[in-house]
Formats: sequence, C-alpha cells, structure tokens
Amino acid sequence: MPVKKDLHIRIDELTRVEGHGNVVIDLKKGRINTLNLEIIESPRFFEVMLRGRKYDEAHHIMSRICGICAVSHTSASLKAIEAAMKINISRQATLLRKLAFCAEVIQSHVLHLYFLVFPDFLGEGSIVPIMSAHPEITKRGLMLKRLANEICAKVAGRHIHPISLSPGGVTHTPKPSELKKLKAQLEASFDDLEYTVDLLSKVRVREFTKPREYISLKDRGEYGIYGGVPCTSRKYPLSEKTYAKKLKEYVVPHSAAKHAKSPKGTYMVGALARLNNNWAQLGKRARAVSKRLGLSPVCHNPFHNNTAQLVECFHLTGQAISLIDELLDMGVKKESLKKPKGFGVGFGLVEAPRGTLYHEYAINKDGIVETANCIIPTAQNLRSIEEDLREMVPEILDLPKEEIRKAVESLVRAYDPCISCSTHIMNVRFE
Amino acid sequence: MPQKPKVAFFSFTCCEGCQLAVLSCEDELPEIIKDVNIVNFREAFDQRSEDYEIAFIEGSISRKDEIHKLKKIRAKARVVVALGACSSTGGLNCLKNLYPMEFVKKEVYGKNASRYPRFDTMPVKPVDAFIHVDHYIHGCPIPKKEFLSVFTSLLMGSVPVMANYPVCVDCKMAGNICVFEKGMTCVGPVTRAGCDAICVTYGCVCWGCRGFVDDPNVASHEETLKRYGMAHSEVIRSFNLYGERKMEPKAASMKSKTKCR
Ligand code: SF4
Ligand code: SF4
Ligand code: SF4
Repeated sequence: MPVKKDLHIRIDELTRVEGHGNVVIDLKKGRINTLNLEIIESPRFFEVMLRGRKYDEAHHIMSRICGICAVSHTSASLKAIEAAMKINISRQATLLRKLAFCAEVIQSHVLHLYFLVFPDFLGEGSIVPIMSAHPEITKRGLMLKRLANEICAKVAGRHIHPISLSPGGVTHTPKPSELKKLKAQLEASFDDLEYTVDLLSKVRVREFTKPREYISLKDRGEYGIYGGVPCTSRKYPLSEKTYAKKLKEYVVPHSAAKHAKSPKGTYMVGALARLNNNWAQLGKRARAVSKRLGLSPVCHNPFHNNTAQLVECFHLTGQAISLIDELLDMGVKKESLKKPKGFGVGFGLVEAPRGTLYHEYAINKDGIVETANCIIPTAQNLRSIEEDLREMVPEILDLPKEEIRKAVESLVRAYDPCISCSTHIMNVRFE
Repeated sequence: MPQKPKVAFFSFTCCEGCQLAVLSCEDELPEIIKDVNIVNFREAFDQRSEDYEIAFIEGSISRKDEIHKLKKIRAKARVVVALGACSSTGGLNCLKNLYPMEFVKKEVYGKNASRYPRFDTMPVKPVDAFIHVDHYIHGCPIPKKEFLSVFTSLLMGSVPVMANYPVCVDCKMAGNICVFEKGMTCVGPVTRAGCDAICVTYGCVCWGCRGFVDDPNVASHEETLKRYGMAHSEVIRSFNLYGERKMEPKAASMKSKTKCR
C-alpha cells in the first residue's frame, strides 16, 4: 500500500555532471509533482569551438571536455578523425592506445569506488577521515589509482590530457623495460583488487529493479571497450551511422546537459550496460568475482553499477597485461604517424568509463573540421536516473526523510555521473 | 599547536582536470591532509565550509552568476591561487569567444535556446578579469610538481616563484630535438616554461597551454627564433589555441595578452 504523503527534497549542487547539478523532489499525497535532476553547469560549447580548426587539433581540444575521461575523449576524437580521413593506424599504435584506455577506465572506477562509494559505506563524509581512520583502505585505493596513472604516463605522457595519442598513431613508444615493470605491477595489483572485493562485498546493495534497455559497444573477439559497434539489448538495428539519429538528444529546460532517448524510450549506458550486453566476453576471473558479488546478467538493479565497475577492473587489468605481452612479443619500435588519405564524415565511438561516447566530425578537403557532434555518456543516463528516482521515491516514502535523501543520493552516485558529478558533496536542503 | 590553515578548492567553467591533478598526488595526499584542513573540494570531499584562508580556483568565468560567486570567494580568502589555464588565462575555453554568443547557444541547444537561462553564456574570461589573484599555477593541466611547490611555499609563508622564461629552455634541458628541425611549428619560444616541455618530450609540439611569458617580445627564445629564421610576430600568431587569435604583437607588453579579454 503506497504511502500518501507530501515530500519536498532539494539537493543543491550535486556537483558536476560536467559540473553542477541539483535534485528537486516534490510530492503531494504520494504523487510526484516535480522530480528533476537539474544540471546547472555552465555549458562549454565544444561543438562550436571545434569549428574551423585543423583536424590535428581536434583531439587536443576535445580532450578538454573532461579531465577524468580525457583518454576516452581523445580516443573517440582520434577515431572520428581517422575514419573521416581514411587513416589506418598500425597494430602497435592500436595496442598502445588500448593500454592507455584500459588504465583510464580502471582509474576512473577506482576513484569512484574509493572516493565516493566507500566513504558512504564507512559512514564517513569523504576520503579525508578515512585517510586517518583507515590507512589501509586509503593505501590500497591510492595504489590502484597510481598504477593506472603511471600506465597513462608511460604510454601517453600523462593521464589528464594525454599527449602522445595523435591522428595517425602515437608519437611516443614506451621502453620494453617500462612495459615489463608495468606488467609486474599490474599482476601484483590483483591483490589490491581482491581487497576491494572484500570491501565492496560488505556494502549493502539496495533492492531495486527497473528493467530497461542497455546500450554499449560490442566488439568481435573481446569485451567492447575501445572498439566495436553499438548494440542494444532491445531488438532494433543500431550502427555507428545511425547512432545519433536513433538515440535522439533533446533539450529539457531544467538541465544544461541534453537528455537522450532511444526508439524504445529510456536506456542506460555504462559499466552495468556493458556487463549485461557482453557478459560472455568477460575474463573468467572477472566473471567469478561478479558472481561472488551477487551480480549476474541480466541485472536490472542500477545500484549494481558499482559492482560492475569493480568486475571491469579485473577484466581490464587482465586485458592490459595481454596488451603488454603482445607489445613485448612484437617488439616496440618508433613509427611515424600515418598520413590522411581522404576527407568526409567520420564517427568515433568508445566505451568511456561511464558509457558509450560518440564523436562525429565532418572534415573538409583542407583538413578543417566543419561540424562536430558529441553524445556524452552522462547525458544519455540522465533520463534513466530521473526515471529510477520517480519509481524509487514513492516506494520508500515510509522511510524517514533523511533515509530517503540518502537513497536518492546513492542512486545518483551509482550511475557515477562523472566522479564529482555524482558526488559526494551534495548539500541537501529540505524545503 | 598552531591551527592548520584552511584550504578550499573551487571550480568554475572547465574540465576539472586540474583538481584531478591535485588528487593525482597519490604519494603526497596523505601528508597534505595532515598539514592543512581541506574545507571545500567538490571533486572528492564532503566538507563544505565558508571559512577558509587559501582558495584555489579552477576554471574560467563564463556566466554572470559565476562572477558573483567569485567575488564572494575573494572577500573570504586571504590568498587566491588561479589553478590551471582556464582560470589563469581563460584557457582553451576562449575558442568560444571567436563566435557571437547567440550563435554559440543556437548551435548547441537549438533555436529556442535563448528562452532558457540555464544555457546563458558570455564571452569566457580568466578569473583575474574580475578579482585580484595572488598566485598563478599555469598549464592545461597544471603540472603536479608545480602545484606541490606552490602549495608548500604558501604553507611556509614564502612567495611562490613562477618561471618567466620560454619553454625552449625546459626543452633543451630535457634533451629534445627541436621540432622545427622536423618542419613542425611550435610556440615554445614564447610560452612560459615550467612544464619540462613535456609535450615535445612525448613527441608533439608545444601548444602554448601555459600562456605567454611576461613579455614575449623580449623574453622569447631568441636562439630558436634566429636559428629557424622566424619573427616573433609569426610565432605569436600561431599561438591560437590558448589565446585569442587577434593578437597584436606590437603592444607595449604582451603581459596578459594571451588572456581572453
Ligand atoms: S586548465 Fe585544462 S586541465 Fe585544467 S581545468 Fe582547464 S581544461 Fe581542465
Ligand atoms: S621551439 Fe619547441 S621544440 Fe624547439 S626548442 Fe622550443 S619548445 Fe623545444
Ligand atoms: S609543452 Fe607547451 S603545451 Fe605542453 S605542457 Fe608545456 S606549455 Fe603546455
């Protein structure tokens, strides 16, 4: 029997979803009047900034969309440029880019789990008190994060706005000795990941089910992260070319980030969507961890996105090791960048930590970007977050207000809308 | 024991990469937290307080409400540090200023854009277009090393020093071959050093993310310019990702000319 009561909750500055966001909830007699995830971040207009720039500046500019997913934006951008200009990069360049990519996803997931999820679970406001009260937890989290950083630094110069990833390939090759060292560190990091599993297994996963469509890339022969084509858990064709047509972005007045919907309605992207769509391609160890944490496909509980992230860390650590093995086998050597052979429209899709990221550019014969369009994971999930909240809040109306507030926060956080977006510093005000 | 200084981090229009660079001081973070009270750090910490002495500000100013917030921060903080290119020079965000704002809005949000205050925007400006800034940490993103050194100086009560010589000097020290040898163009000769010329080391060119040296006409790297037969103005002109294109090299001082003003 649903509780018929009034409720007003306002969460100010959810902080960043590409910046700042608020949650506003207003219920009258158990019925929702308003339920908005307001995105109040200052828009940055990257699509416009790119116009008229040369093709070899595009990835540099687009990386600056997000410091946390800089490698993802750079990669999607490079793939779009290279597709438009008919550039085929070498196997070595692909392997190096993938290696940086795996590291970025691991780093992002680790940040989310250690800086946002665990403080909650330990009843602390943030990582700060944890640092003094639980030094071991801090150490493990920072070690995992540092390793991911180091991989990006060795491959691309730095993680935040990688340097060496360029149209036509990569401009830097790590030394074999560096790769060997990274491999050893990656192998050792499984221990820290296991430790993380123990921690996460103690976090209670809220019961909540909301069946919906999942969209992610699907790759041939491996779990889709850097490569592959878009796929949906529902039955309709979806491809690079039709992505932006089928998944329509639309403006909602309360959000500076656009929302998106598929022909079937609301969909979700991100770790849980990938895991649901590509379960069979996960490594054995990752699958075992997943089951241990009570997550098997198809899982319709968005709170399990946290679990899916940790499962991916296992998979991607394994993948990073195989990438290094292949690089060492073939022997890394300096290569020059491949030159453009054409022009036109190109698409670049990758699985950023938070989900499918789409870049599309039209480049003219002078190598100038004429138009650009990007669809960002967090924007694709906003509709889904709001829909979940609409369903969840009436279900838990009998709880004290403070509990409701916590549940709302942790739901938004589970989607990890860009680390600080999901964040932690949610200052809640009741009206 | 003296009270630990209270430090706050704020973020305006940007990618939040510079705050992430601070979080990437994995080895130093536990120590930093022992020495100071971090009272505001949206990206990671829960605390939020209006009482702080040192404010690190990341991001450019691109909306009216941001100006208001910024002035409030200045009124409260004893020391204000601009964190990264967005904040100190306007950074890459300034590329937007090349277009009329109405056009910009329409392009991204459609023809009804002007109806929604959320999509409001104005030409991008660096933080010091509105308030006094005490110290600058340049770069997109900031180098971790520079952050740590400024941070330590501030804690010790000394004045942080900022490099005022061109990236070419760093580049030579790093043992790089000049990219002009390979027929590429680089704005290192007029860009402020302090990054170890990391982009050249990793196979690219300097894009100028740290902004101009204080007076590029005088302080530019003469040796490089002479060797490759280039004029100051030429290099300054190619400097257009992190500063406005309409650059007037004859101006008395180029100081702050890489800024979006
Ligand atoms: S300066 Fe660069 S890295 Fe720093 S916030 Fe701005 S865009 Fe991000
Ligand atoms: S011009 Fe560029 S590559 Fe040449 S020395 Fe200066 S910074 Fe280095
Ligand atoms: S080399 Fe140039 S672009 Fe690269 S970090 Fe230094 S100043 Fe910025």
